[in-house]
Amino acid sequence: MRRVAVQFEPFDEGAELAALRADCVGGIASFTGIVRGDGGLVELHLDHYPSMTERALVALAETAIARWSLTGTTLIHRVGTLNPGDPIVFVGTASPHRAAALEACAFLIDRLKTDAPFWKRETFADGRREWVEARTSDNVAALRWG
Amino acid sequence: MERTIVYFAWVREQIGIGEERIVLPADVYTLADLVKLLAARGSGYALAFADLTKLRGALDMKMVPLNAMIGDAKEIAFFPPVTGG
Repeated sequence: MRRVAVQFEPFDEGAELAALRADCVGGIASFTGIVRGDGGLVELHLDHYPSMTERALVALAETAIARWSLTGTTLIHRVGTLNPGDPIVFVGTASPHRAAALEACAFLIDRLKTDAPFWKRETFADGRREWVEARTSDNVAALRWG
Repeated sequence: MERTIVYFAWVREQIGIGEERIVLPADVYTLADLVKLLAARGSGYALAFADLTKLRGALDMKMVPLNAMIGDAKEIAFFPPVTGG
């Protein structure tokens, strides 16, 4: 199965993992990103490029499925306004073998940060509101996958 | 041929609109040419396009370098480096 979603609503990791498990595979790896509340952050807003976002996620999922022979993958990214502690992104990968599932999961979360058109804006307790700047370390992490 | 330009994140905020239509002059071939044309409008455009190292672009929903030829693309997008995940 290949499931890709861009949504305002929270997601249910348990249900997503169960859906990947339905394919009767050897192993499932997953990553859940949670909004951090450090530096006095009170709100995180996610902007995106609607017509391009889903296309970018599908392309990433297809690449991972082909490269690691996955039996299934799920990519969910939330948009809109989130608070510290809220889940923001879910990546799940299913494969007959653990190495493929783990590697594909790492690939997807690394490349999500560089290939998908999302932008974060932070609001802090003192009223400051700033767009997050892209980090060089994220580009380096994405590049290691070639 | 009329094209649509869309802006996101702080590029949209500085320009003040999310979308506009434009007919490209004959001497605009690449995204960088278009950036130069738009920046010359001044105010928010000049601000948004002041630092090209912080600007990214897409043609028909595919990310491309700023030196890419616009060609027949119907939708042109400008935005900051992405920060999802």
